[in-house]
Amino acid sequence: MSGPFASLLMRDLRLAARSGGSAALALAFFALMATLVPLGVGADLRLLARVAAGVLWVGAVLAALLSLDRLFQGDFDDGSLDLIALSPLSLEQVALAKFLAHWLSTGLPLTLLSPVLALLFGLPGNGAVMLVISLLLGTPAVSAIGAIGAGLTLSLKRGGLILPLLILPLLAPVVIFGAGAVSAALNGLANGALGLLGALSLAAGLLSPFVTAACVRLNLAG
Amino acid sequence: MILSLTAEKLACTRGDRRLFADLDFQVGAGEALVIEGANGVGKTSLLRLIAGFLPPAAGRVVIVMSETAISEGEERGRHVGWLGHQDGIKPQLSVGEQLEFFANLYGVRSALNGALERMGLSRQRLLPCRYLSAGQKKRLGLARLMVSKRPLWLLDEPFAALDSAGRFLAAELMQAHCASGGIVVAASHDPFGFKARSLRLGAS
Repeated sequence: MSGPFASLLMRDLRLAARSGGSAALALAFFALMATLVPLGVGADLRLLARVAAGVLWVGAVLAALLSLDRLFQGDFDDGSLDLIALSPLSLEQVALAKFLAHWLSTGLPLTLLSPVLALLFGLPGNGAVMLVISLLLGTPAVSAIGAIGAGLTLSLKRGGLILPLLILPLLAPVVIFGAGAVSAALNGLANGALGLLGALSLAAGLLSPFVTAACVRLNLAG
Repeated sequence: MILSLTAEKLACTRGDRRLFADLDFQVGAGEALVIEGANGVGKTSLLRLIAGFLPPAAGRVVIVMSETAISEGEERGRHVGWLGHQDGIKPQLSVGEQLEFFANLYGVRSALNGALERMGLSRQRLLPCRYLSAGQKKRLGLARLMVSKRPLWLLDEPFAALDSAGRFLAAELMQAHCASGGIVVAASHDPFGFKARSLRLGAS
């Protein structure tokens, strides 16, 4: 694990795990939000079970967005991005490493935490299993599409505020299919949403490095 | 092996302001070039242009290697050792981790401890970079440059923030790089302490 690509990926994971890193922040936000919703909605377990999938999916997306603005901005502000751009990696590879690091440090831990939070909502077993599967298939799309926004706004001082406005509308299909897959499982319906979710992640993951690299290139020249 | 760096009819525009135009120069292997000029005249922009970050508004930059001549920007960047005025240092990483990451990223096997020792940072190897002073960060940047094994060094104010021993070290490093057949291009207001050609921007 010491090639250029692996070293960039490992560094980003290490930074996300260190104090002040994004991984713990995303998990804490997700957990707090999921705890607040039952307090607001009330203790009607039937109602909570019905809204669980939607609330947890929206929560996971928002939690993943929290750290997204720093994906490139931190490296841009302190000059690391210049050094990374001069490395043997193409900017496309850099974008891929950053997107993977973001998913591994936020999307994946959020997915693993979700069954615990599903308990708070009284989500039945098959629904909780489907929630985990849908998050596992769908969160890569969140990181991939988000990386494009992060590349686009990396030189803006308040980029973190504009980023969600740019990205959230694009993430609507992910939330619709993700929450839809859980509802379908709860109602015992045939489930095409998972396939679409996987396709979304695959397409976004394949396209994102190229679009993101183009955005970064533009910002380095700016 | 690098043979030369050439700028032909180079022009640079930032926004709608023209910084310089029709700039021609050539630097051969083993030579150092100091870019001089008042603040805001475009020294950093010229360095970023040579590194391939900025596309030139007109003209081109070519580096001739022993096998090929390279004019494409990102291709050129693969031969550049960079010391910008931003330090490129993560406060959360230790000095050793920082340098090791950089060596792995650039795919070079180098004596990292040797570079740290040369820069007087061996005692700080395990120290998180947030505790480094500005001068120590600059020394780490110089250690990174040594480790990079790139033939064309582009340095933005290499002496800034360094103490007199550090300045001496930096000059020594640049001189050694030239002696081994490399090229140094530096934007600086300080005297170099060794023989270097100078290019004055904004004179015309």
